[in-house]
Amino acid sequence: MMIPDGIEDEDKWLTAGIAGLQQNAFYMHRALDTNNLKDALKYSAQMLSELRTSRLSPHKYYELYMRAFDELRKLEMFFREEAKRGCSTIELYELVQHAGNILPRLYLLCTVGSVYIKSKEAPAKDVLKDLVEMCRGIQHPVRGLFLRSYLSQVTKDKLPDIGSEYEGDADTVMDALEFVLQNFTEMNKLWVRMQHQGPAREKDKREKERNELRDLVGKNLHVLSQIEGVDLEMYRDTVLPRVLEQVVNCKDELAQYYLMDCIIQVFPDEYHLQTLEILLSACPQLQPAVDIKTVLSRLMERLSNYAASSAEVLPEFFHVEAFAKLSNAIGQVIEAQVDMPIVGAVTLYSSLLTFSLHVHPDRLDYVDQILGACVGKLSGKGKLEDSKATKQIVTLLSAPLEKYNDIETVLKLSNYPRFMEYLDDGTNKVMANVIIQSILKNKTCISTADKVEALFELIKGLIKDLDENLDDEFDEEDFNEEQSSIICTVKKHILTGGTKRLPFTVPPLIFNSLKLVRNLQGQDESVSGDELSANPKKIFQLLNQTIEALSTVPASELALRLYLQCAEAANDCDLEPVAYEFFTQAYILYEEEISDSKAQVTAIHLIIGTLQRMHIFGVENRDTLTHKATGYSAKLLKKPDQCRAVYACSHLFWVEGHENNKDGERVLFCLKRALRIANAAQQMANATRGSSGSVMLFIEILNKYLYFFEKGNSHITLDSIQGLIELITTETQSETVTPDPAADAFFASTLRYIQFQKDKGGAVAEKYEPIKKGGSEKAWIIFNLQDT
Amino acid sequence: NYIIGAFKPACNISITFSDGKTRKQVPLKKENGQTAMVPLFQSQENIAGKISIEPVQGKKVEHNGIKIELLGQIEMYFDRGNFYDFTSLVRELDVPGEIYERKTYPFEFSTVEMPYETYNGVNVRLRYVLKVTISRGYAGSIVEYQDFMVRNYTPPPSINTSIKMEVGIEDCLHIEFEYNKSKYHLKDVIIGKIYFLLVRIKIKNMDLEIRRRESTGSGANTHVETETLAKFELMDGAPVRGESIPIRLFLSPYELTPTHRNINNKFSVKYYLNLVLVDEEDRRYFKQQEVTIYRLADTS
Repeated sequence: MMIPDGIEDEDKWLTAGIAGLQQNAFYMHRALDTNNLKDALKYSAQMLSELRTSRLSPHKYYELYMRAFDELRKLEMFFREEAKRGCSTIELYELVQHAGNILPRLYLLCTVGSVYIKSKEAPAKDVLKDLVEMCRGIQHPVRGLFLRSYLSQVTKDKLPDIGSEYEGDADTVMDALEFVLQNFTEMNKLWVRMQHQGPAREKDKREKERNELRDLVGKNLHVLSQIEGVDLEMYRDTVLPRVLEQVVNCKDELAQYYLMDCIIQVFPDEYHLQTLEILLSACPQLQPAVDIKTVLSRLMERLSNYAASSAEVLPEFFHVEAFAKLSNAIGQVIEAQVDMPIVGAVTLYSSLLTFSLHVHPDRLDYVDQILGACVGKLSGKGKLEDSKATKQIVTLLSAPLEKYNDIETVLKLSNYPRFMEYLDDGTNKVMANVIIQSILKNKTCISTADKVEALFELIKGLIKDLDENLDDEFDEEDFNEEQSSIICTVKKHILTGGTKRLPFTVPPLIFNSLKLVRNLQGQDESVSGDELSANPKKIFQLLNQTIEALSTVPASELALRLYLQCAEAANDCDLEPVAYEFFTQAYILYEEEISDSKAQVTAIHLIIGTLQRMHIFGVENRDTLTHKATGYSAKLLKKPDQCRAVYACSHLFWVEGHENNKDGERVLFCLKRALRIANAAQQMANATRGSSGSVMLFIEILNKYLYFFEKGNSHITLDSIQGLIELITTETQSETVTPDPAADAFFASTLRYIQFQKDKGGAVAEKYEPIKKGGSEKAWIIFNLQDT
Repeated sequence: NYIIGAFKPACNISITFSDGKTRKQVPLKKENGQTAMVPLFQSQENIAGKISIEPVQGKKVEHNGIKIELLGQIEMYFDRGNFYDFTSLVRELDVPGEIYERKTYPFEFSTVEMPYETYNGVNVRLRYVLKVTISRGYAGSIVEYQDFMVRNYTPPPSINTSIKMEVGIEDCLHIEFEYNKSKYHLKDVIIGKIYFLLVRIKIKNMDLEIRRRESTGSGANTHVETETLAKFELMDGAPVRGESIPIRLFLSPYELTPTHRNINNKFSVKYYLNLVLVDEEDRRYFKQQEVTIYRLADTS
């Protein structure tokens, strides 16, 4: 069988329907104009027969219905006129029921019924009851829904409500309620039934059509909410239970979701508050597929707004124990709906949290309780993979931050950090970022170590590289970019830290940044760094600024170390200007800030050590820096310090593995200078204390000589080594020397080392062979020293 | 024209009822299809009036006597022209003689027993008529008829139980229906409901029909004619289990007669309510139930 082109045919049918309707409407008008009741009824019935069609989709049917609706208004006017002319409405009411076809008959009946109520010839409740009862004859879902919608439409201003002109006896509100409730129930049944009629393959289409019709059903709830006489008591005892009964019993997910939402939207908040228990008790009874989380979320959202609207209503919230009820309900729903995706549960908790924050801002335990329940739901499932769920969790976790504007409050929540382990690294970072943003925004100060610990526990996603990541196919660049932005954030945060904290907060930041830099460096070199925010240069700029902040503390020693670290990292990145800049900064600090002699010693050694490892500097830069470094070394306060620094400088000119960085002459120069200083030191000691100082310095220098000798520095001659050995031997044996067991041991072990090398045999042994223990040429050494 | 004049009746006969101006007139369908207004009587009434005979100008009417008959006749259409008179009353109005000018005769039938109602059916007709006969020898008698209608009223029955029944097709359709009475008067309203106990067929709609069954003759010659007088849609669409559909059918718009049972062994007229369910494949499921229709005296 051919499947006809549905839409085109439908348009044709609609056109035909409209034509038929208009034609009969024309005859009806003529009958109305001539006061011909019989013809008016005849043609109006024929006109309404067009609504008997089954061929139109709800959408098109609605179009036809609206036209009929307009015509029926004219007919209603006519009926009213007739009634005024003395035609009894009850007779009219009977007369229209003579129509053989049920649909036109009922449309006419509703129309006359409306006039009948208006005439007050009979109590409104009786007419309404009759109408709503008679409408049962239409069991076809679409036609029934529209008919009952018509009924609802024409009667909504004629309900025997309190204060209405149609008000009846004592139970008048009940009568009005009864009518609307019954119509609602029947409409909902029809609506639900739509789903189950027709072939299975058109299920989706039907669902769509049903969605188009839902407001017809929902309208009834709106009418209910408009009934003046419905007070809280009546709402609680009658309206809500009856509506919920229908909602639960219809067992239809679409209807349940829509109607629950409708209930929440149309009735006043204070009613919801007072009937929470009833409303919530329906939730676990709904179909598993119903999106109950959205429903509950909306409810909580409304209640939250209600609570926020006025402080006066808050006591009511406490009184009805709204939180406990909601919390309980959510628990039940989650328990009942086993298949609910995790995102659903999290959304629910998130809404509850919002509610709690609004209504009970002082109850931190509630917040923690919610978080605990939520994290409990997560537990045992490993890391969350549902991106929606993780997003929800971020929302959930952000809520308390936003509310309290105070990380310290949040840190009190014991269940808060428990979430982190269920989040993937990306989300962890997002969360950490949120937390830090909050801290920054509110300029929060954290006062205790415990809390800092807790905070870092929270933001460890930023700091710790988690192993799982290695296998992930996530985008390195994004990751880095993100990290660098995080670093910016952290930096901002840390820079606000204040003088007492900076020394402790800056280093971790620096080191993590450097880690990132190295990470970047390890990546594909072809990526042009300039286009990314996460390029090392930028980060270095940031770091520079960060370290600068320390100078205000002041913590210059620390700053110096950090500069050096950065310089080294820059070295690894082949960023010579950057490295140079860091060194410059370090030198400036050294010159201007570091005045303590001990500190100077440490600093100079650090500088030397670092500088030694730098390999990117060109000759000029390197010369400048090494020259400065040696200069600083020689200007240290204490001679031994000077000496040690100077011989350390020798390494600056001899970098293993970099042939162009091996300047044997200058090495020797440094060593000689060291010797001279050592000599001077001893003389000074002799002069001041009457005894020469330790020979320790000489032994140390000897070791340097040996080192360079071994490394193949041709300027270090056997003679000079031999000379040194002689010198030390002489000095130790001299009477003026203060006995120094440590120096003796050191010298002995040095000599042992020489012997050891000799004994090893081979090329090295040969080199060492000529060195002898003892014998002295002190003058030569002195001469040599003076020579330079 | 002489020729035409020769076939003209020699006189005009008119029949008037003494209470003709006040008596209710009702429409009666005549054999030629036209409707005429005739006076309405019921059993035990006096039927009285005047006969006036007016000879055509300048003629005399010679006769062997004038009489008026009140006849109750049953006419079967398949046996056309054969009347069966179940009532026949005669009043002699004049002895044989001649009439030269207009002459008037009063007549009266008192407390006439007219047990059956006038009835116009498909195969049978029951009528009441006044027949005036001017008997003549060679020229043939002159006859004039005047129909009148008889309706008999019944008091409301003392016992009028409702009709309640559970019917259906096994495992397919179970319904329970209820009509509030078993006897309805002509302007009555049928109130009831249909309750669906089981629905496994796709019902499209449901109608309530009023059917009239007229059976004429007897034995092998019985003719049964069934007409559907009303087709009243009760339900549109497919109900589900548990639905209950109301019935409210006003009888007044339909041309019903009272139920006639075994009228003079010649015919019967019975009424049935037929509940019809139609499924989507246009199969009809129905249950027919007889109801008695009676005529209640007009209160107005």
